[in-house]
Amino acid sequence: MQHYINIIINSVFIENILLIYFLGMCSFLSISKKVETSIGLGLAVIFVLSITAPANWAINEYLLAEGALSWAGLGHINLDFLQFIVFISVIAAMVQLVEMLMDRFSPALYVNLGIFLPLITVNCSILGTSLFLVERDYNLAESTVFGFGSGLGFFLAIVSLATVRKRMRYSDVPSSLRGVGMAMLLTGLISMAFLGFSGISL
Amino acid sequence: MGENPISIHVLGICSALAITTKIDTAVVMTIAVVAVLSISNVVISLLRNNIPNKVRIIIQMSVIASLVIIADQVLKAYMYDMSKLLGVFLGLIITNCIVLGRAEAYAMQNSPSKALLDGMGNGLGYGTILIAVAFFRELFGFGSIYGAQVITNQIYLGGYENNGLMILSPGAFFILGLIVWAHRAYTETSDKD
Repeated sequence: MQHYINIIINSVFIENILLIYFLGMCSFLSISKKVETSIGLGLAVIFVLSITAPANWAINEYLLAEGALSWAGLGHINLDFLQFIVFISVIAAMVQLVEMLMDRFSPALYVNLGIFLPLITVNCSILGTSLFLVERDYNLAESTVFGFGSGLGFFLAIVSLATVRKRMRYSDVPSSLRGVGMAMLLTGLISMAFLGFSGISL
Repeated sequence: MGENPISIHVLGICSALAITTKIDTAVVMTIAVVAVLSISNVVISLLRNNIPNKVRIIIQMSVIASLVIIADQVLKAYMYDMSKLLGVFLGLIITNCIVLGRAEAYAMQNSPSKALLDGMGNGLGYGTILIAVAFFRELFGFGSIYGAQVITNQIYLGGYENNGLMILSPGAFFILGLIVWAHRAYTETSDKD
């Protein structure tokens, strides 16, 4: 149990997917103008990551990795070069599926999160998480927890940037630094704060 | 250059920052992006009259993903150490918004030769920023340029120290923020908020 809590803490604070690995920056910068929408996107990312991480783990373990096809008597085939294309298709398909299920069973949630879901397919943090869990040899439970933790880290980072940007409205920023330039500098500052956690080893 | 994909449209910085601690990784990444971007633009432009509108994103994705796989395999075969350094970030070219963005916005409407030039131009624009960020991070973080030590021992003996923050992630954010600032001040563009 403690092991899983460690993975969560590690992926939220110490190796935050956004602030330390720079994944998911595109939507991070464009969506963080308002707090409400950033919460929506954050929740959608948590949701999709918790589903795609175990799904991609299973696909890698039973279909793609070296010797993975031995249950079908094809142990000598190594398909791991197909990783990228399979993972991205799984993510795209999963996002579609989640969107349809949400529309059918929880229209209220769909109205709130719906517009963010298509964006998520091309969010680097989703594909990045899947690639990381292969690189780090996580098992099923570990990858589910890691997916959830990464999502939580993304949520935390985007909501904090959105709240800081909200405050920035009252300050006098040079005109060409406004918007993206300032957002980058702010992200740097938040990222510095998160570096404070980096000495902790769990 | 006036519409540089990174500093004006803020596309594709996901993979841009993590590999910019040294210039040589940034150069390899640039080459990979230019290659993938120009070839994918050409392929999609050739296919543009045969792609049904509804499934175009999926088709563009699979073209891009296949090209990235090829780039990854080439790198593994000829530059194994470099491919270890780039790690997952090479794979993340797939989700790099520039590639999909150019395919969607330009290659779907234009002829292959124009699309090739567009792909190369955007790839090089992207690479310029990447290498610029890497230049400053390597200079201040390691005291070297492209692996050659430029800050000599005398300067270190005089009390100069490498700035460790530059190698860590905040350094990348700051430098990119400043580059965006400089570039926008030069071209006189600005965001509203």
